[in-house]
Amino acid sequence: MTRTKRRTGRRHPLAAAALLALGLVFTGGAYAALSTGTAQAEVDPNSQQTIEQGKKLFQANCATCHGLDAQGTNIGPTLIGVGAASVDFQVGTGRMPMQMQGPQAQQKPVQFTDDQVKQLAYFIASLGPGPEIPDDHLASGGGDAANGAELFRINCAMCHNVAGAGGALTEGKFAPSLANTSGVHIYEAMVTGPQNMPVFNDLNISPEDKRDVITYLKYVQDNRSPGGFELGSLGPVAEGLFIWIFGLGAIVAITVWITAKSN
Amino acid sequence: MAQDDHSGAELAAADSSHAAQEFAGSTGTAVVPYDAFENPGFEPHRPRVTDQDPGREKRAQRTVYTLFYLSILGSVWAVAAYMLFPMESNNVDAVRLNNMFIGFGATLALLGIGFGAVHWGKSLMTSAESIDTRHPISTSEATQRGAVEVFRQADEESGFSRRTVIRNSLIGALLVFPLPAVVLFRGFAPQDELPAELLSHTMWKKGTRLALDPSGVAIKASDVTIGSAFHVIPEGLTELEHGKLEEKAKAAVLLMRLEPGELNQLPERESWSYEGIVAYSKICTHVGCPVALYEQHTHHLLCPCHQSQFDVANHCEVIFGPAKRPLPQLPIAVDDEGYLIAQSDFTEPVGPSFWERN
Repeated sequence: MTRTKRRTGRRHPLAAAALLALGLVFTGGAYAALSTGTAQAEVDPNSQQTIEQGKKLFQANCATCHGLDAQGTNIGPTLIGVGAASVDFQVGTGRMPMQMQGPQAQQKPVQFTDDQVKQLAYFIASLGPGPEIPDDHLASGGGDAANGAELFRINCAMCHNVAGAGGALTEGKFAPSLANTSGVHIYEAMVTGPQNMPVFNDLNISPEDKRDVITYLKYVQDNRSPGGFELGSLGPVAEGLFIWIFGLGAIVAITVWITAKSN
Repeated sequence: MAQDDHSGAELAAADSSHAAQEFAGSTGTAVVPYDAFENPGFEPHRPRVTDQDPGREKRAQRTVYTLFYLSILGSVWAVAAYMLFPMESNNVDAVRLNNMFIGFGATLALLGIGFGAVHWGKSLMTSAESIDTRHPISTSEATQRGAVEVFRQADEESGFSRRTVIRNSLIGALLVFPLPAVVLFRGFAPQDELPAELLSHTMWKKGTRLALDPSGVAIKASDVTIGSAFHVIPEGLTELEHGKLEEKAKAAVLLMRLEPGELNQLPERESWSYEGIVAYSKICTHVGCPVALYEQHTHHLLCPCHQSQFDVANHCEVIFGPAKRPLPQLPIAVDDEGYLIAQSDFTEPVGPSFWERN
């Protein structure tokens, strides 16, 4: 009797773990509530304050690899001249700060607020001219999806798959899926060529053509496949595997049923 | 020899232990052959529940006709779905619904018949085991003799074996007869050029400008920034009247700009690039897939079909996969107006091996 009594309430073996979990939830929740409540004002690209803020963020979060003045070290490239678009893409998609050294930077939850990303971007842009964050009218689609689809098939589909589902590259690298990528980030990726992606400058694919490519990708993101289940849009491999396992499996099962003696 | 209508009981009664008994007396070390596998005959007949329980039989009967009625329902539904869910142009979702509901009806119609028939056969039709033996394959001896006689008589009356000159000339005529057809097949191949010649040349020639795919706009050297990859066709390809695809399939080129310091060129090809801009055929030397998965930092080019990898920094040598030769390089230069031009055609045939080239 005493034995069971001792194992309930705050003396329960799981009590410590529960207390710890509760504490973590509360502190995390409080932090999240506080941090989302901070500044909502538009970030001014040219103000000295923005650049100062960006510099502070840079020196605290990025300088270990990229150097205190973004001049680059032997473990990270120089960022002078990469432009605001590059920073907005790399930091805004969570690729930077980099999780670990590897074949390519992995996407992970974004580490900064939108304003902080912009402050970092404008600080880097102030160091040397480079591609800028695109205007909304170019990055939000609304162009010619058919033209965009042709350009995508010629320039992008070999790596990113014709439906933007992504694909493998050499030695552990891969082209990511574009199913959830925002128009701004697609545009910035084309202009800056992140990781091993080639650069598609405005003389190769004009800004209007880039808008068409984004229009096409938005169309694919918003419209379901007319053929039913896409199976990841991976094409004959996924579809073949599906029919081999489930189609032939059904045939085998039916054959067993037909030839088995009835009860 | 009765051929048909063996009843199962007759065969089941066959004495299968006959052979074993014959050798039972042998005692030496000789290996005694005997048929180790005895015909086990039929298992004892096991009545089904539907044979014994009239209630179960009723239920099975209900299941079977319900399945057949479901099939009728499916067919009618497929017709109704065709009208209820029409395909509308520019509405992908309408096509989905149309296909899905018609397919659902047709599936029900076919599976209903199939499952119903099988269930009927398994649960209600007679369950007595029986064997139908095969017909002997050969015909009766009299028929065989008759056929041989017909041949012999025909030979005698026609003199086929006797008149050897006539026979041999006929055989000769039949052998030569298909030759015209074989020669006519040549007409399918291009007339003026040998196929090997056609495969060895592309649309590129001295002075042809490099143009963007698909617009056909000429490319200036200054357009190609470091890290860029341009998908290139020869200028004038888009205006071709005939054979546009055939020419494009041979002439497609990938244009890349590397840091000149990173480019390791063959001595005889140093004049083939321009300030780090290199142009390589996009057609894989393995089986001809378009190789265009370019990585701007590692300078690897990957072929998506069979994973051949080419190192652009090292004159596109093969570093992995089944491809046998490096990708052919297009020698390029810059004209007076700053546009990129080809110095000549490719100096070797592009694409996979063929009979005259391996």
